[in-house]
Amino acid sequence: MTDIIQKVKNLSIGFRSKKGDEILILKNISTNIKKGETVGIVGESGSGKSTLALAMMGYVKHGLYTIGGECQFNSSNLLKMKSKDLEKIRGRKIAMIPQNAGQALTPNLKIGYQIDEALQLHSDLNEKEREKKISELLNKVRLPSPETIALRYPHELSGGQQQRVAVAMALAGTPDLLLLDEPTTGLDVTTQAHVLELLNFIAKDTGTSMVYVSHDLGAIAQVSDRIIVMYSGEIVLEGPSRDILKRPIHPYTHGLLKSIPKLSLAGLPESMPGSQPQPGTIQSGCSFFDRCNFSDENCKNNSPQLEFLKDLNTSVRCFNYEKLINENQVSQTVNKIKNKSQDKEILNLSEVSISYAKQKLLDQIFNRISDDNPTVKDININIKKGETIALVGESGSGKSTILKSIAGLLRTKDGLIRFDENRNLSSDLKERDPNDLRIIQLIFQNPDESLNPNHTIEEIIAQPLKLYFGLKGEELKKNIIDLLQKVRLGEFYTSRYPRQLSGGEKQRVAVARAFAAKPDIILCDEVTSALDVSVQAAVLNLLQQLKENFGTTYIFVSHDLAVVRAISDRVAVLYQGRLCEVGPSNDVYRFPSHPYTEVLLGAVLEPDPDIKPKLVAEDIVEERPPEKGCSFQGRCSRIVGDICKKEIPPWQLTDSGNAIRCHIPIKELQKEQF
Amino acid sequence: MKLDNIYKEEKKSAIAKLSEIIITMASRPSGLIGLSILVFHIILAFISPYIAPHDFKAIDPTLMLQAPSAEYWFGTDDLGRDVFTRTILGGRTALTITFFGSLIALLWGGLLGIFCGLVGGKIDDVVMRIVDAFLSIPWILAMLLIVSLLGTSTEVLIPALGFFYGKGIVRVARAATHDVIAKDFIVSAKARGHSNFSIIWNEIIPNVRDAILVEGAMRWSWMLLGFSSLSFLGFGVSPPTPDWGLMISNARGLMSFAYWAVIAPIVGLSSLIIGINLTADAFAKALGIDRSTKAPV
Repeated sequence: MTDIIQKVKNLSIGFRSKKGDEILILKNISTNIKKGETVGIVGESGSGKSTLALAMMGYVKHGLYTIGGECQFNSSNLLKMKSKDLEKIRGRKIAMIPQNAGQALTPNLKIGYQIDEALQLHSDLNEKEREKKISELLNKVRLPSPETIALRYPHELSGGQQQRVAVAMALAGTPDLLLLDEPTTGLDVTTQAHVLELLNFIAKDTGTSMVYVSHDLGAIAQVSDRIIVMYSGEIVLEGPSRDILKRPIHPYTHGLLKSIPKLSLAGLPESMPGSQPQPGTIQSGCSFFDRCNFSDENCKNNSPQLEFLKDLNTSVRCFNYEKLINENQVSQTVNKIKNKSQDKEILNLSEVSISYAKQKLLDQIFNRISDDNPTVKDININIKKGETIALVGESGSGKSTILKSIAGLLRTKDGLIRFDENRNLSSDLKERDPNDLRIIQLIFQNPDESLNPNHTIEEIIAQPLKLYFGLKGEELKKNIIDLLQKVRLGEFYTSRYPRQLSGGEKQRVAVARAFAAKPDIILCDEVTSALDVSVQAAVLNLLQQLKENFGTTYIFVSHDLAVVRAISDRVAVLYQGRLCEVGPSNDVYRFPSHPYTEVLLGAVLEPDPDIKPKLVAEDIVEERPPEKGCSFQGRCSRIVGDICKKEIPPWQLTDSGNAIRCHIPIKELQKEQF
Repeated sequence: MKLDNIYKEEKKSAIAKLSEIIITMASRPSGLIGLSILVFHIILAFISPYIAPHDFKAIDPTLMLQAPSAEYWFGTDDLGRDVFTRTILGGRTALTITFFGSLIALLWGGLLGIFCGLVGGKIDDVVMRIVDAFLSIPWILAMLLIVSLLGTSTEVLIPALGFFYGKGIVRVARAATHDVIAKDFIVSAKARGHSNFSIIWNEIIPNVRDAILVEGAMRWSWMLLGFSSLSFLGFGVSPPTPDWGLMISNARGLMSFAYWAVIAPIVGLSSLIIGINLTADAFAKALGIDRSTKAPV
């Protein structure tokens, strides 16, 4: 058994509650990590996956303590080791790559210095050798021109480059085991695909074992050989990655895979009911019982044990897994979206430009914005009543900026925002009358930030009702309960505070607050990206249903192309604040498309080991849009020539009514992309 | 919905919340000590006129500088007055003036800070530079000027102390507001079209209240020290009213042979300040604010 590098045996970690009860975060976990293997640990937030990964390097978070079991690395228990001995292992034998590399790098030290520091600590090289090793490492993580990168400070690098530096630092000690805690979560889709590809390369090249922790099955599918699925502090399924993704035999994984929207399938995926139980609340029975479609009386009273199935090489914690073995594949059923979009135009943006440039004194006096190269430029979009239009693009593409301007939170430089064909909306919040404000409501990305933590749910939902309709007393209360029921929350939620709700419930409250104003348009700013996958589908379904009932128009901003595919009728692709492509979502997701859309579509990670991302362009980050010509010229792999740098490309229509802004004729795009 | 009962928390009345906070404070040893000292001093301030064994202004040359005895527990001072009587009465003025002083400091400092944090821009810049300018003036000199111009009456001391100790609160309140202002729920309220007043009252104050209250409690103890310094310099309470600062000042020259006359007021003053400080710390912890991680403003 020499090829086992890390052995976790009966590990339980927990904390003591105020009442003195022992509450378990990890319940009796046993698993092995083999040499050269990449293991993906997947689970919702609160499932204990990070706690497990940290325990593998002998670290237990403050406030938690080891209740039992051990983590054996090279046959010594890390959890019992003295901190002096641990220091020798951490970095040299086991290295960690954190989620947010931007925060993990020291801001005032040069990249080269920080890597050198890691080398000094974790290797015995002399100065000359270290110098060579630094550029070797930077080369290995494929950073362009290592010599210049080494002299830069972290803030001068993009998020993807910072993550690469973190990988280089972790490799400095040539570790046997690499722990990655959500290393690509904060990154753009394209960057994420590139980093994952790098990790795959490194795993092959160095033979390092990796433990990859993530909530994203798409990312896990790309890197891991074996997958461990965690739920409520327990391993519920463990096995080879292909089998788990193709034929999951635990109901939780089954449901999870069904609830992820996929590029190949338009329409909303089925959602999983309920949410993960809080630690310490399950007394008896299976912890997944509440949410399971396959459960029976036995599941309620008895807890299933992890059972190893030899012929499948898989461990599963379920009494009824046989039912799932027979269901060969995850057959995804989707609820097709039915939108009664009318021909009537509800919102029209014409020639909208927005600038973040600081006003000069003279401009301030004349109340104008002078900026030749604004952040967002020439946006022309017609939005029809009752449709869902999505704005997609990487961070910095100006999608949220446009939303803010529609809401009146950000002044536009030029252009008009027209409501209902004839009503001009001022770009200044103070000049809009209350009705103008009521018709457009916002739902934010993170419900933790968008709900006042010191207000009860009742007070939160009451605000728009009081402000716009002047409701009081019984009528107000009735309306609040009515709204809560519409978002499928009960009456008893009124007296609670946001902190007592789960992420999905909080987002439902935010949805209820938006609908309380009886708006015509709802602006959704990345509404599902802070939620767990299983909850995401539920919120999307809720939004769709409310829309069908009320005929609301959605403007949906997201970086997740699969989610956009699921919910939207039309898609507008943005790069550097300029439109690249606009069209019905069926056509945008089909070739031919704008070269940038091609890049985005290629980078989407699907929870399927057979679909690999296609990396078309480099993941360079551009700070400012180019002064002249096509906005995508800096990264385009299909650049035609000087014309791209000098002239703004014309709009071209495809046969299906999809508008693409490119110099390459549609016919040629079609040839190259198929 | 099994979790209902576990996470059920009804909206509580203000009194219920306050008593819960006090219980949490008292559950820490330091908080319990602080609270007991503070409560002891407050009770003493109320009942001391009725329990004082002697007349605080009765001068008797025959009893000058007597050592502590059964009759005079803490001895007598240079005019033959009972030190015990004067000590238990000596906190009353200081406690009253500084309590109302810090209330004023909290009100104007807190509101101005929140306002500056919310509006930002030029107004914020100008107001904060004025506050900075005042911070650079040594407060004791300015106080001496005010007191010598307007006299040492309570009507002058309370607002003057309140003004000088509110400057720091402006900065804390402004910083706390800045933390909250970027949150989406404020953006959301703005986008809905709520007035500035409504945003301050409903969205900001509930979220910065705790930080400001704790700061106010800390200012109270500093103000107490400041006020005693004024008395020590002869600009606070005028004799013969018993006051700790004044008593320390009078007896300090005789310290080498009549230590009792100076020790009793020192113990009174420092125990009260320690009490308030410990209480403020426990208060902060009970509200979930960890002062140890925050840089002093």
